[in-house]
Amino acid sequence: MAAAQDQDSNVVLHGVTKRFDEFVAVDDLSLELARGEFFTLLGPSGCGKTTTLRMIAGFERPSEGEIRIEGEDVATLPPHKRPTNTVFQSYALFPHLSVEANVAFGLKRKKVAKDEIAERVATELRRVGLAADANRRPSQLSGGMQQRVALARALVNLPKVLLLDEPLGALDLKLRKGLQVELKRIQREVGITFVYVTHDQEEALTMSDRIAVMNRGRVEQVDVPEEIYARPTTTFVAGFIGVSNLMPATVSGPGKVKLDSGLEVAASTGALAAGEGCAAVVRPEKLRIGLSGETEAAGDGLPRVEGVVESSVYLGTATQIVVNLGGDVRMTVLVPNADEAERQRLPGGGAKVVLSWEPDHMHVVTESVGGDSADPEPALSTNQEG
Amino acid sequence: MSGESTRARTWRWLREHAVNIVAGLVVLYLLIPIAVIFVFSFNNPAGRYNYTWVGFTLEHWAHAFGREDLTEALLTSLKLALLATVISTSVGTMMALALVRHKFFGRRAANFLIVIPMATPEVVMGAALLSFFLILGSPSLGFETLLIAHVMFCISFVVVVVRSRLIGFDRSLEEAAKDLGATAFTTFRLITLPLILPGIFGGAMLAFALSIDDFVISNFNSGTTVTFPLYIFGAAQRGIPVEVNVIAMILFFATVSAMGFVTWQQRRAEKMASVRPDQEEIVVVPA
Repeated sequence: MAAAQDQDSNVVLHGVTKRFDEFVAVDDLSLELARGEFFTLLGPSGCGKTTTLRMIAGFERPSEGEIRIEGEDVATLPPHKRPTNTVFQSYALFPHLSVEANVAFGLKRKKVAKDEIAERVATELRRVGLAADANRRPSQLSGGMQQRVALARALVNLPKVLLLDEPLGALDLKLRKGLQVELKRIQREVGITFVYVTHDQEEALTMSDRIAVMNRGRVEQVDVPEEIYARPTTTFVAGFIGVSNLMPATVSGPGKVKLDSGLEVAASTGALAAGEGCAAVVRPEKLRIGLSGETEAAGDGLPRVEGVVESSVYLGTATQIVVNLGGDVRMTVLVPNADEAERQRLPGGGAKVVLSWEPDHMHVVTESVGGDSADPEPALSTNQEG
Repeated sequence: MSGESTRARTWRWLREHAVNIVAGLVVLYLLIPIAVIFVFSFNNPAGRYNYTWVGFTLEHWAHAFGREDLTEALLTSLKLALLATVISTSVGTMMALALVRHKFFGRRAANFLIVIPMATPEVVMGAALLSFFLILGSPSLGFETLLIAHVMFCISFVVVVVRSRLIGFDRSLEEAAKDLGATAFTTFRLITLPLILPGIFGGAMLAFALSIDDFVISNFNSGTTVTFPLYIFGAAQRGIPVEVNVIAMILFFATVSAMGFVTWQQRRAEKMASVRPDQEEIVVVPA
């Protein structure tokens, strides 16, 4: 089994730990990346995602564990001997070299023939839409163009793995959206494994084949975007992806949890034992809201909890209502603004309401180690986390 | 409109331009002595003393290097300054690299101690060097001791200039080079060195300028060797020949153009490494 996996895997991290003095940046991390996969390391700053990337690139040496690329143990190889290339957050374009010379830099180090260098550089610049800018200096380009040069400079070497450290972080929202789509297209076109580091959950969901959500140096969950969003397994993942809609609960028996409100619901409890604390998640758009009297009369038999509307905010396409269930538990409900008359009838602040949901839309998540704060201590230094 | 008197208007103008006027006066104050030297390099003095204006001549410019002892002193100074610049720039650059890039025991102390030669009065340093050479006994005072002294006081300036350039250096550029397959040495040669070159060049210029006009320290340690400043000092007692004015002006113009070149270089380097623009439109790339 392990051998068969190795064949398909492009990058394998096994038990990788990285300590900076006392601080454990990455804690016993194990991952397997398939060839040609768009894999995202997602998490808040200080979660160890950039350190992980830097260990794959060779800028940091793991304190423990092994890193294999195409079956070869690279843990002790310096960066210039690894089959990886990196797109840096700051792009790190060589300011004294032209765009063309920047892109040719890697091939020249490999002593590729001059004609071939020229041809491959031209092809790569065409791919990123900068064929006309080959002779310009990086400082003469816009941020988005510089980002493309950085991408071309890495891709032209046909690395086994391309590492991207928040490459779109410095760009404004509109440009970022455009480049997300383009980056995904390029990744499909070249078929190279991408390891993408970001703290932007939307970006991760949009682009990735699989996402590893990281928190405090550990991986909380690895899965495809749909599963990460729809079926988070820990309170941290549930909170970091989308709006945190957690109801504290206790496992009351196999396949059953009891919410703190007193309601007992059937749910998949996984490996949790009876009596263990957990939380129930329902995504804001899956919740239904009604005034206390009305819904009870409906008698639809759905699980329901009662609360008081704290705020109602008009968001354009939807209305966001925050409901306090008591005991500092708040649930966010997102109601699409499909019908103006319907929107007018939505309960306002102070109204007593009932929230209900389809049993399928509730998921039980375990408490994350060290809390579920999506805003942990700041990074030690920019070198470790950007 | 016409209520304002001429006097009131003059006062207002002065008030509004006070800072510029003061600045102009300061510049004049700084430039007048140099202008005097320049003007008197065209003088045709009657006797030994070039202090009063007699008449205009290009004679001394035409035969700037006509006085053998003066030319020889100038050549000694140039040779000394060039050697001191080359040595102090290479040593100082390496030292700056060590101070900024490497962690070692005593780095903080070294960072502080490096400025001490800049702060020490030249008289003290000159006297100290002299007693040092005398205690050692060799080399005997002359060109070698001058060179050692000049390298010594130039290094600090080179370190300070290069260090400031290195502190602002984006290390991810070096990581990027290594990531693209460059060895540590290739990375230094192709990325680090070209990018800190303006700093190294600036340090070298400063070292040269300091060395070529040093008098105090040289006076202690020269033995029988005569440098350009020492020659002028000696000549001042007998009457300075006009050729000194001419050569001084040549040196002055050479230094000013070199400084201008360095400033231009540094501006260019800064512009090159400047922050990228933050606003732009989306460029649609054909798939």
